[in-house]
Amino acid sequence: MKRCIVCVKPVPDPRHWDRVRMDPETKTLKREGIPIIMNPLDKHALEAALSVRERGGGEVILLSMAPPFTASTLREGLAMGADRAVLLSDPSFAGSDTLATARILEAGCRWIGDFDFIFLGNLSVDGSTGQVCSQLAELLDIPSVMHVMELQWLEGEEVMITRKIEYGYTRLRGKAPMAISVRKELNKPRYTSFAGIIAAESKDISVLSNEELKVDRSLIGLQGSPTKMAGMELRRFERAREKLEGSPDEIVRKLLDKIYLYGVI
Amino acid sequence: MNSNPSNSIWVYAEQRNGELHEVALELLGKARQLAGKAGYNVGSLLLGHKVNPMAQSLIDHGADFVIVADDPRLETYRLLPYTLVLGELIRKRRPEILLMGATALGVELAPRVAARVGTGLSAHCVDLRIDGEGRLLQVVPGWGGGVIATISCPDHRPQMATVMPGIMRAISPTPRRGEIIEIQIKLPELGLGPEVVEVKREKAEELPLEKAEVVVAGGWGVGNKDDWKMIEELASVLGAAVGATRPPVDEGWAKEGRMIGQSGKTVRPNLYIGIGISGVMHHVVGMDQSKHIISINRDPKAEIFDVSDVIVVEDFRKILPLLIEEIRSRRKQ
Repeated sequence: MKRCIVCVKPVPDPRHWDRVRMDPETKTLKREGIPIIMNPLDKHALEAALSVRERGGGEVILLSMAPPFTASTLREGLAMGADRAVLLSDPSFAGSDTLATARILEAGCRWIGDFDFIFLGNLSVDGSTGQVCSQLAELLDIPSVMHVMELQWLEGEEVMITRKIEYGYTRLRGKAPMAISVRKELNKPRYTSFAGIIAAESKDISVLSNEELKVDRSLIGLQGSPTKMAGMELRRFERAREKLEGSPDEIVRKLLDKIYLYGVI
Repeated sequence: MNSNPSNSIWVYAEQRNGELHEVALELLGKARQLAGKAGYNVGSLLLGHKVNPMAQSLIDHGADFVIVADDPRLETYRLLPYTLVLGELIRKRRPEILLMGATALGVELAPRVAARVGTGLSAHCVDLRIDGEGRLLQVVPGWGGGVIATISCPDHRPQMATVMPGIMRAISPTPRRGEIIEIQIKLPELGLGPEVVEVKREKAEELPLEKAEVVVAGGWGVGNKDDWKMIEELASVLGAAVGATRPPVDEGWAKEGRMIGQSGKTVRPNLYIGIGISGVMHHVVGMDQSKHIISINRDPKAEIFDVSDVIVVEDFRKILPLLIEEIRSRRKQ
């Protein structure tokens, strides 16, 4: 019987990112109107936790630090099969960098208590730092492994973990408690069934503010984040953009001239 | 040690089986440049077993001193022991800045160390600068790369950043003098995390993408595995490395190591030729520092054209066979 926490992050749907605008005065990003979805890799993390429960029983709990309106992404996870969800939401959390976020998630994990594994997606499509897994585990004082592409559950309490490295992999043998961040190669997330969607409606989403979590305010949010934003600008590209016209033959001849000009042939 | 922070920029020297990772040398090059601006000295950290011989190379590449933690317990990289050793070194010696490569191991070690010492970390920096007050400015792409953000870590030390291989440049090694500081480590018996059972490393590909002078890259527009052969052929006649965007990798036309982009490799060749690539931002950030960019795509609205020097709006199937033929015959002359 294992209790697995799955950290889930709601992100703006990347298919709509071309709608992101930067406010030239405040230098902040305007993200209104872009649908929010569950970070795609988190589904693989959830699938891993569901497999653990299928193997030996237990509980799968979603954990998310996000504004209250993102509860819909948690419903999706519940429809996939998670047992319940915990949403950490408080104005004082806004502007948290990865360390401040890890502190808040740490409090959430301790509130849930008695967990065996924490699963996360390797990267989120928006922040993409991939730092939360290591930082959360360090604060909880448990081992962590990133880039996991295979999990093999052994007899007894141990698990064999295959972790991708450049041009190869490492295999590790460990046991709970541990934080594991997963690559999409690990598994294929199950589809939500109609029955799952119905069941999700009555599953519990606990919403906790800092009143319940009691994280030291000087360690969270914008003020508690050691990294600070010092500037932001849209990326600019200065290129010649010379268009080659003509028949394919003529274009090939012009291309050869360019390639020759660049010193390649 | 006194309690004032030292005036040092540290570079973590990742090594495997007696070989220093390129990124360590690249970061030393950058650290030297930053140190010059702010009057810092440059140190390097070398963890492992029987690693002493590599220390001089680090000095020749720009380190003023190298702290060596040489111990059989550190022979194989393990996250927790390495975190503990680095954490202890930071606590005792108080560097201003710590730079680490965003390698497969670096991306999990750096954040763990940052959390352990309670400091800030910026990931995948594309540039590093020193501001007027000697503080590190960390430049990172955001939103798939369309936005450039500058991050600082004003009140916590060390200021930490990870940088992917291929972004910074190593300086040419010259014989230099430096200090080699050997330290003894202390590790608990238990609680060191999972045991390493096997490390498998396949032979690296022939022409590492990051070092190629010419790159021929294909995207979703190439269409199928058969037509992908044209990409490989063009690369072959040009002596170029083959690159790819994500869809060809997902489809199995190219191996993952060929992927260029925000979550893949960064290339900076003399010439980049993109074929059937639309040019979404997270690919563009991996190649936009190429000296010359030629793009071939039959979609006149392909975003890649905005970042190209030479544009061909045409089906590559009409261009490549003839181009390959012509180059082949020119090479024979």
